[in-house]
Amino acid sequence: MTYLADVFALARKDLLLELRSRDTVPAMLLFVVSTLVVFHFALPSDSSATAETGLLWVALLFTALLGLVRAFVAEREDRALDGLVLAPCDRSAIWLGKAIGVVAFLVAAEVVALPAYGLFFRPVEWELVAAVALADLGLAAVGTLLAAMAAAGRARELLLPLLFLPLVIPIVVGGVGASATDDPGRYLAFLGLYDAVFAILSWASFEYVVTE
Amino acid sequence: MTTAEKYVTAAYLVVLAVVLLYVVLYAFKLGRLEREVAELAERARRRKDERQEAA
Amino acid sequence: MSTSLRNNQHVVLAAAAGCLLLAGTALAFYWVPNAPIEGFRQRIFYFHVPIALTAYACFGWAAWKALRLLWTRERRYDLESYTAVHMGVIFGILTLVTGSIWARTSWGHWWVWGSRQLVLFLVLFLFYAAYFMLRYSVEPGPRRANMSAVYALFGVALIPISFLAIRLAEDLVHPVVFTHDVQSRLTGSQLLTFLVCLVGMLALAGSLYVNELTGKRLDVSLRELREALE
Repeated sequence: MTYLADVFALARKDLLLELRSRDTVPAMLLFVVSTLVVFHFALPSDSSATAETGLLWVALLFTALLGLVRAFVAEREDRALDGLVLAPCDRSAIWLGKAIGVVAFLVAAEVVALPAYGLFFRPVEWELVAAVALADLGLAAVGTLLAAMAAAGRARELLLPLLFLPLVIPIVVGGVGASATDDPGRYLAFLGLYDAVFAILSWASFEYVVTE
Repeated sequence: MTTAEKYVTAAYLVVLAVVLLYVVLYAFKLGRLEREVAELAERARRRKDERQEAA
Repeated sequence: MSTSLRNNQHVVLAAAAGCLLLAGTALAFYWVPNAPIEGFRQRIFYFHVPIALTAYACFGWAAWKALRLLWTRERRYDLESYTAVHMGVIFGILTLVTGSIWARTSWGHWWVWGSRQLVLFLVLFLFYAAYFMLRYSVEPGPRRANMSAVYALFGVALIPISFLAIRLAEDLVHPVVFTHDVQSRLTGSQLLTFLVCLVGMLALAGSLYVNELTGKRLDVSLRELREALE
């Protein structure tokens, strides 16, 4: 049970840090709402459900990127990641703890983004909420792993989007499909499949990303 | 040549062009490797001479 | 298969690639009869599909070498995986270009979102191009080798998932799905031509791979030599 204890300790640390410094989540909130407003001006007035939903998902993707870039900044600046890696915990616990933190940030941003979307564009249905919930898991899973990779290199703010975007194209397909078509079940199942495959892969391979 | 024939030939020629481009780039790389080896051989020779003089 | 240039296996490989592709091109242009529906332009198939399959094989090979690296921590697998990804990207670009030419001659456009193969290769190209960005931005060493290996493994997981996503996206965006009228069963002559080209392309990839790998290993040796002679 110490594995789960480690995970929760790590997640708690990230969440407490954020609660005290309050720099990432407010930025994500403001970013997503601003993006939605920009999209209003970018779309014609008679745009379809698919177009509006699609742009919401684009906004969510880039908001997630914003949060992820910050995910390992604190560790890197204080070299705390080396300390974590040397600690006698399973390295994958670091991944899980961080990913839980990222999910929390995303949910916090979406608590504002989805009502804003409902206000600006079209009403939010349960399929969209379910799709966003499933997508958050996938985004956090691969995003945390890729953020750790990018943090090890130069130009990490440039590198993370390049690594992230091709991998999450399936999430966009699943998300838009679930909210804009008549058969959301298929797309939600696909999102679940994506989450399962990439969460397991990320969990198993995180150890190799942070060690020599 | 009909347009269909032109496109088909273009497709095959593109493949040939890319492979030939690879050969050209590789020739550059070989030139660089040769120069580096020559430089290192020169250094090794100088070292050997210095050691013989010191001995 | 030895990947050193010290024995002559690589010469055999290169010669085989040359002969097979020459024969395959000749077969595709002169011997094989026109396809019943598509006509002459169907002949692009004999290069385009083998190139695509070879690209997949390269990515799979890269993932296998990546797995070996993570398993055994032997440094040589890093170069082998890297070279395989490089080959995969080259053949991926060729797939996109030949596919685009085929699309232009079949349907009049240089790019069609309705072609599953093209879209899949575009996504994979973006993914593996980022692989190089990753390698360039991290200091050389075991950490970079590990990260590259993990990324290469994610790539092969992405292939089926992306394909599924693209299929699902078709119902979403309702493009006209473009497929070539390749019959599900190839006739004897078509099959022979296809196989000759396929084995030729695989041999070509193998030949380029061995050459490139040797070049990279020489770079490493030269660097070590240089440091020893400082």
